[in-house]
Amino acid sequence: MKMKSTLAVLSTAAVLGISELAQAGATLDAVKSKGFVQCGISDGLPGFSYADAEGQYKGIDVDVCRAVAAAVFGDASKVKYSPLTAKERFTALQSGEVDMLSRNTTWTSSRDAAMGLNFTGVTYYDGQGFLVNKELGVKSAKELDGATVCIQAGTTTELNLSDYFRANNLKYTPITYDTSDESAKSLESGRCDVLTSDQSQLYAQRIKLADPDAYVVLPEVISKEPLGPAVRQGDEEWFDIVRWSLFAMLNAEELGVDSSNVEETAKSTKNPDVARLLGAEGEYGKDLKLPKDWAVQIVKQVGNYGEIFERNIGSGSELKIERGLNALWTNGGLQYAPPVR
Amino acid sequence: MTSHTFKPDLPPPSTSVGALGWARANLFSSWYNTLLTLLGLYLVWLIVPPLVDWALLKADWSGSTRADCTREGACWVFIQTRFAQFMYGFYPAELRWRVDLAAILAIVGAAPLFLKAMPHKVRYGIGYLIAYPLLAYWLLHGGFLGLDTVPTTQWGGLMLTIVIAAVGIAGALPLGIVLALGRRSDMPAIRVICVTFIEFWRGVPLITVLFMSSVMLPLFLPEQMNLDKLLRAMLMVVFFEAAYVAEVVRGGLQAIPKGQYEAAAAMGLGYWRSMVLVILPQALKLVIPGLVNTFIALFKDTSLVIIIGLFDFLNSIKRATTDPAWLGMSTEGYVFAALVYWIFCFGMSRYSMHLERKLDTGHKR
Amino acid sequence: MRTTLDATPARRSLLSDPKARAWLFQIVAVVAVVAFGWYLFHNTQTNLAHRGITSGFGFLNNAAGFGISQHLIDYSESDSYGRVFWIGLLNTLLVSVIGIVLATILGFILGIARLSSNWLIRQLATVYIEIFRNIPPLLTIFFFYFAVLAPLPGPRNSISLWDAFFLNNRGLQMPAPSAGEGLWPFLVALAIAVAGVLLLYRWARARRHATGERFPVLWSSVALLILLPGLAVLVAGQPFSWQVPELQRFNIRGGWVIIPELVSIVMALSIYTAAFIGETVRAGIQSVSHGQTEAASSLGLRSGQTLRLVVVPQALRVIIPPLTSQYLNLAKNSSLAAAIGYPDMVSLFAGTVLNQTGQAIETMAITMSVYLAISISISLLMNWYNKRIALIER
Repeated sequence: MKMKSTLAVLSTAAVLGISELAQAGATLDAVKSKGFVQCGISDGLPGFSYADAEGQYKGIDVDVCRAVAAAVFGDASKVKYSPLTAKERFTALQSGEVDMLSRNTTWTSSRDAAMGLNFTGVTYYDGQGFLVNKELGVKSAKELDGATVCIQAGTTTELNLSDYFRANNLKYTPITYDTSDESAKSLESGRCDVLTSDQSQLYAQRIKLADPDAYVVLPEVISKEPLGPAVRQGDEEWFDIVRWSLFAMLNAEELGVDSSNVEETAKSTKNPDVARLLGAEGEYGKDLKLPKDWAVQIVKQVGNYGEIFERNIGSGSELKIERGLNALWTNGGLQYAPPVR
Repeated sequence: MTSHTFKPDLPPPSTSVGALGWARANLFSSWYNTLLTLLGLYLVWLIVPPLVDWALLKADWSGSTRADCTREGACWVFIQTRFAQFMYGFYPAELRWRVDLAAILAIVGAAPLFLKAMPHKVRYGIGYLIAYPLLAYWLLHGGFLGLDTVPTTQWGGLMLTIVIAAVGIAGALPLGIVLALGRRSDMPAIRVICVTFIEFWRGVPLITVLFMSSVMLPLFLPEQMNLDKLLRAMLMVVFFEAAYVAEVVRGGLQAIPKGQYEAAAAMGLGYWRSMVLVILPQALKLVIPGLVNTFIALFKDTSLVIIIGLFDFLNSIKRATTDPAWLGMSTEGYVFAALVYWIFCFGMSRYSMHLERKLDTGHKR
Repeated sequence: MRTTLDATPARRSLLSDPKARAWLFQIVAVVAVVAFGWYLFHNTQTNLAHRGITSGFGFLNNAAGFGISQHLIDYSESDSYGRVFWIGLLNTLLVSVIGIVLATILGFILGIARLSSNWLIRQLATVYIEIFRNIPPLLTIFFFYFAVLAPLPGPRNSISLWDAFFLNNRGLQMPAPSAGEGLWPFLVALAIAVAGVLLLYRWARARRHATGERFPVLWSSVALLILLPGLAVLVAGQPFSWQVPELQRFNIRGGWVIIPELVSIVMALSIYTAAFIGETVRAGIQSVSHGQTEAASSLGLRSGQTLRLVVVPQALRVIIPPLTSQYLNLAKNSSLAAAIGYPDMVSLFAGTVLNQTGQAIETMAITMSVYLAISISISLLMNWYNKRIALIER
């Protein structure tokens, strides 16, 4: 008897499951019914995403998640974070464990095509570099023949490293760890001579060392690492929302809108570009299936791109990274967002 | 006739009684025993004094930052300042009384079960096992009856370790017993299903199934069906340990003589009744040491949730050692972690020995 | 009258017949399991199609493109993911095999020490066992990796032995042999010596059975094993040329290296498992009744002989089954290597390869099957051994 009722439960579940599948496909609906965005982030990377002493997540990647929540719910706090290691991240996104991934992930063709992911834009233009102890007296990556190199498992870094050393006919021994904390610890203990990662991460990891000044980032940048948020393939609606949440922050910076003046500007603006972005003119939010004031909420609660950059990794942070490639195109950088129109 | 009195016995030679005699018999009975003793003493001398020096005599006990650790021994200040985090993880500080209360209730509620004179012990026990989990869920998670929700993502530290272990034990025991009965069933299909289940879970490493449950599970389920990450980890622990429990219980079932099964059948008891009333009480008593060993293993296995990023006790310590303000505290952190795990596991093993002695009704063969 | 007699079996409902009920129950169970399996399979299929994830095992032929810190077979970055699989598997097997051997040796020593007549030794063994079996293996691994091996010096300040062996935080470097001119004569001489020892042993045993006289087999074997190959070396030249490690700018390179990750995982696992094996061995030895020991000593056997010839063979029968499960545990625990960056099956294949290719289901399925296969082979092997031992029983 017991078994029969179990069977009944199972078959009902099966029927329910199939009917659920038929109407699936809209991540936005799921997010709205859950009431929060489940966002995959990295863990323990100052400036990008890390938990502070109270366990609150902070950083530029975290702010992208918050911007999406602000656009969808008008409330940037409606995010739940899943700290993922580099090894877990794609599986977690593919499987639906997270709604979006904002985890300094490099945009590559195979990830875009074969893994069932879609990258929505670039939050940070980066390149791979090397962090070494000053004592070794290394001035260039070309001198690294025979070195032991610490890397994070399952990253493009692993592949670039081997390409670079092969191309320059150098030998190396890789030591692969799951988390950046472990690699940094190993560099410190002397298990490896060099730590390689995206340059931004190197700066972030350096401030976590006991004596940051004893280490130096080598000048070579050996790869292109456009880091950006990613979503699952097959849901254009959600893809657009994540993409335009980032673009809204870039456009806001370009148009001189920031968190302090956004509400004022939204009411008083005469500039048609600003009016369209902030929903004072047209129904651009509706096209995205978002509220009219989506961009206002993003800028008000999270900030424009310049603000989040400076606050997390730029001059307002311990990392003090220059804007460089990440300056707006108007200032000679690469950050360029299509217009809202 | 000459009378003749015995002289009093001479005392045994001084080398065979007292401390000297004991040492001769136990430490220096032959040349190689003497050698072994000296070797052992050398080993003790090699390990113990530096350890005591490091951990106690030359350690720093008070302060608030790393700079307060000026002596060459251990820096226990690190453990002190992070203690709350090690215990509760990121559980909101103002709500930590709920965790404390849940722990106190667990102890107070279970205490009568250990009293000899307690009437209706079984009934009380069953009631407790049903009521306490609900109460604990209400206290820890909240979200109804006036308590704020504390999502499981904020759970951590020793509290999380104990929660996982407790749920694991509570789930694995009944499931394991059912699997063991299934494995010894007369019905071939049931037997095959149970054997496959048991052998699968015993054959794969726990970290691979934890990984699957944490990031791959939604692939196997209909979309939009979402289970809490912690719940999934607990389910995996339950399945994994249930397979081990099943093997231990099977050992007990096999040790029950056939006469007991036949006697139960002769009394007109059906399968379930003969199992519950006759066979299982005897079988489980026989395998208590094995069960407790499985639970100790389970408690230790909870540390593997570190692989899927849950902040259990070990992970919260590991994370704290990477804090730039406290670099180089790995040894202190791991020693403290080892001590806490050790206290729990050793306590359980001692309790099992005690139970074994208490329940020994002379059936041992 | 007749009617009542026939009626009883005919009116029995199908449900109250135990046989029919058993059948029904089994059918229901099988259907439920199959339905559940199909349900999962169906969901997975739909989800994969929905999310545009490619599936299949074709990726195993693609070039891997990343480096690996320890590979027992030749490997370069242009090799395929398939080869990476074999490297991971071999690395896992390496840890398991070395761990099992070390844990067994240490475990037997501990088990015997627990029963030693020497009080101090007994206490030391107890303390060891109670400490290590009550601490999670993962913690032991971390401890050895971060606390014990981290203080080793850098390559430039290596602790060196005869300028050929170097110990530093990159591992233990040692000379690697490669074939020299005298290799073949040396191997042939070695083979002859081994064959000679075997023959000698049989001859000595036969002689002992026939005459009761002993022949110093051990010493003559050692002499044979040293003299014959030694002679070959003198005549034909060195069998190996040694590639000695040398300090370069960053590392000591050349020769063989045992990486610290391997050392910590092997040490941690064997120390942990030995505590359990020690208890198993103690229980096994205690299960041999005291009369056996007394009988042996009344036959004039010395205590070493008693242990070797009387107690251990009987104790083994009790020891083997729990020992098997300890071996299985060790093999499974070797997957914890992932936590300290040792390139085993889980960290290399179910980690890096999974991530580079995104083929989660395929890689996890392969990984789990491998562990299942390892577990099943160890149990089969031990069952076979168990049977062989049991046959001696009279």
